[in-house]
Amino acid sequence: MEKTPKWVDVALIPVLNLLIAFVISGIVVLLIGEDPIKAIKVMVSGALGSPYGWGYTLYYATNFIFTGLAVAVAYHASQFNIGGEGQATLGGLGVALVLLAFPWPHWSIALIAAMIGGALFGAAWAAVPAYLQAKRGSHIVITTIMFNFIGASLLNYMLVNVLRPRGAMDPATARFAKETYLPTFHDLPLIGQFFSKSVPANVSFFIALLACWLVWILIWRTKLGFEIRAFGRSETAARYAGISPVKVIMVAMLISGGLAGLMAINNVMGQGHRLVLNSVEGAGFIGIAVALMGRNHPVGVFLAAILFGFLYQGGGELALETTIPRELITVIQALVILFTGAFDNMLRAPIEHFFVARANAQKEA
Amino acid sequence: MVGAQANEAGRQATAALATQAPAIELKGISKAFGTVQANKDISIRVMPGTIHGIIGENGAGKSTLMSILYGFYKADAGEIWIKGQRTQIPDSQAAISAGIGMVFQHFKLVQNFTVLENIILGAEDGALLRPSLAKARKELKRLAEEYELNVDPDELIEELSVGHQQRVEILKALYRQADILILDEPTGVLTPAEADHLFRILDNLRKEGKTIILITHKLREIMEITDTVSVMRRGQMTATVKTAETSPEQLAELMVGRKVLLNVTKAPAQPGKTVLEVEKLRVVDEDGIERLKGIDLNIRAGEILGIAGVAGNGQSELLEVLGGFAKATGTIRVNGEEIDLTGKHSDGQSRRRRGISHVPEDRHHLGLILDFAAWENMIFGYHNDAAYQKNAFVMDNAGIVQHTQEAMERFDVRPPIPTLPAKSFSGGNQQKIVLAREIERNPTLLLVGQPTRGVDIGAIEFIHKRIVELRDQGAAILLVSVELDEIRSLADRVAVMFDGRIMGHGPVESATQTGMGCLMAGLGGDDVRGMDGWTISDEAAPEETA
Repeated sequence: MEKTPKWVDVALIPVLNLLIAFVISGIVVLLIGEDPIKAIKVMVSGALGSPYGWGYTLYYATNFIFTGLAVAVAYHASQFNIGGEGQATLGGLGVALVLLAFPWPHWSIALIAAMIGGALFGAAWAAVPAYLQAKRGSHIVITTIMFNFIGASLLNYMLVNVLRPRGAMDPATARFAKETYLPTFHDLPLIGQFFSKSVPANVSFFIALLACWLVWILIWRTKLGFEIRAFGRSETAARYAGISPVKVIMVAMLISGGLAGLMAINNVMGQGHRLVLNSVEGAGFIGIAVALMGRNHPVGVFLAAILFGFLYQGGGELALETTIPRELITVIQALVILFTGAFDNMLRAPIEHFFVARANAQKEA
Repeated sequence: MVGAQANEAGRQATAALATQAPAIELKGISKAFGTVQANKDISIRVMPGTIHGIIGENGAGKSTLMSILYGFYKADAGEIWIKGQRTQIPDSQAAISAGIGMVFQHFKLVQNFTVLENIILGAEDGALLRPSLAKARKELKRLAEEYELNVDPDELIEELSVGHQQRVEILKALYRQADILILDEPTGVLTPAEADHLFRILDNLRKEGKTIILITHKLREIMEITDTVSVMRRGQMTATVKTAETSPEQLAELMVGRKVLLNVTKAPAQPGKTVLEVEKLRVVDEDGIERLKGIDLNIRAGEILGIAGVAGNGQSELLEVLGGFAKATGTIRVNGEEIDLTGKHSDGQSRRRRGISHVPEDRHHLGLILDFAAWENMIFGYHNDAAYQKNAFVMDNAGIVQHTQEAMERFDVRPPIPTLPAKSFSGGNQQKIVLAREIERNPTLLLVGQPTRGVDIGAIEFIHKRIVELRDQGAAILLVSVELDEIRSLADRVAVMFDGRIMGHGPVESATQTGMGCLMAGLGGDDVRGMDGWTISDEAAPEETA
């Protein structure tokens, strides 16, 4: 059977999906009486038009890379991890505890310790649903969703009753020591001159890139990845091959939870400098859309994370500079998710058909 | 025997209706999928009141042709004429209203609906179910009497045997007033007794003037029940002949385009020391039903033990336990060493390290991962072997692709492209991939389940040859097959399973068709006692009570 060219599959179709989503978003903007062309201009210039905008776009993208990778790894083992939000929340707790526990002499050592703390807490939060799925057959979608709520409540309790400094009014930890602040893009050599002091993007972005590469190695180059993918594609065949389902589910979910937890080095350690309530801000859920759009491949996840970073930052600018309400940004994001994820096949079938027919016509000619 | 009479009746019917318009006439049907020409200029005429067989290897284009007739695919060229009228069939609704009913290989029934609910599904008369159900119940009763199509209308589908589920599919078609029935590989899932019953039903339908198209790759069925037969090869109709005027050998030749040796030529076995010893093996499944009720058997090096029996009598469980993915009690020794049946080492990888290779019965769900490339499948189960690792962290993918390329050439897998996903290969080539993977390890014990199920004749020959070769190199082989012909031509010794027990075992030379048939039904009797050198279980009923 003739196949569609690869570039159609990985580039043309996502781009067309995106265009449709933007066109419909534009219609919605028109309906509320604003100019869609102006809206797009504001979004693009706000998110991509200046180093300042990029500093925010890449900061958000870093969050989404971690949570997107988390969803992707679990997906390869056919586990739908909806719990990125809770795992990232717990990751934040882990990072905060590590940073507050010890007077770290330098940010680099603190970063390594914080990564271990965040990943461990995130993994631990994924471990319980994973165990219940592997051993008891409780559906992972349900349990991870419930663990998001438990995670939020747990953080609430910890901040209000345990970690809040004496006399402080808001539910948040104390500020971390200055030595643990991660270098932002402003502090970096060469590119630093372009970015202002206030941009939140920091070295975590490079950790996220490294994570993309490591996940690619893990999934496509290691025995463990082979087993994860085999189990994800066919449980019965995996059993025949002697691959332990319990092991695959547990390991894949622990890695997934760990990646979600790692997000905290960006938002808590790199930007917040203390742990506050709801510091994850929905990035766990955006990760699902990012993985979906990125087809669970690290390169795709990276690109989709940049896109969603753009939507996040551009959307914020839109609310500032026009009368378009902030809620509409959510609508636009939802449309992008809808078209790139849920409606993907709507466009895919006719396009593939077109290219197959064209290839045949060329052969016959 | 039913078949012979039926053929006679059918031929008379054909003669009487010769002047009538054909029930179905296809003229010059062509259909291509990409570069593959699935159907090329196909023309057939099927007269009303006859059974027309369509036979061909896997991938010959039989199912595509029927899918066009049922409106699943649109032909690139050609015409469909139903009862003398040119008919467009853009979808299955149009096929149904043209009087065509289809019984798929994989049934399309709602498992937790009753028979009656399934029958009216999509053919309800109004918003309320009650009148439709009442009407269907009456109609069902009539059809049951007319065609021997008895099923309890209030039984849930999931409670029914496969044979009964198939009857529901036929009833569904008849309830929609189909007078042309298409059956796609209907006996693939049936026991021999169920298949016989199906043929009686088809015969009754023919007597009532229904037209039946039977798609199969089993020559015996064609000879037994059809009036005329068309042979397909590589998308083309190579011949249409009257069944009475042809022979299985001729049909086989037409199917593959060359003469096929249906019997394997092999030297007598030279058994060495005992490799596999199984004692008192018991398996209880999740529902608490005992699937294996104390199996004792042994296989020596350089010997093929064939396990015969109707599917579902414990053969699958036996393979699963030996292959390491089902728990059991009892003892299994390989080369004198006991193997773990319940603990940490009762998994497939431990078995493979012991030199046990396993070609599973179901290559789609067990033997292969269809989405994986051929090279990934070629190491599946052996992926932890040191030979496939580049270093402590990553696998040697390039080396595996290279190894796969060579193995594919040795096993004549077509096309020999390691990066192609397993699902793009035909059944026979898929099986060759599994076989290459398992045989090339030079196992001490090879487990083989249904090695040629859904495999075309050319590949069958090749597969049989490789199995015999492995035997001659001194491997012990356990062969499970529901095809008696396969057991007879490959095995050196035969054991017959029935209801989780081995009813009898002995040398293949003295096994008679009727004797094995009796054992497969759990019966003893004179036919069985007449087989020299056979040991018969006490569980075999002494007299034929059937």
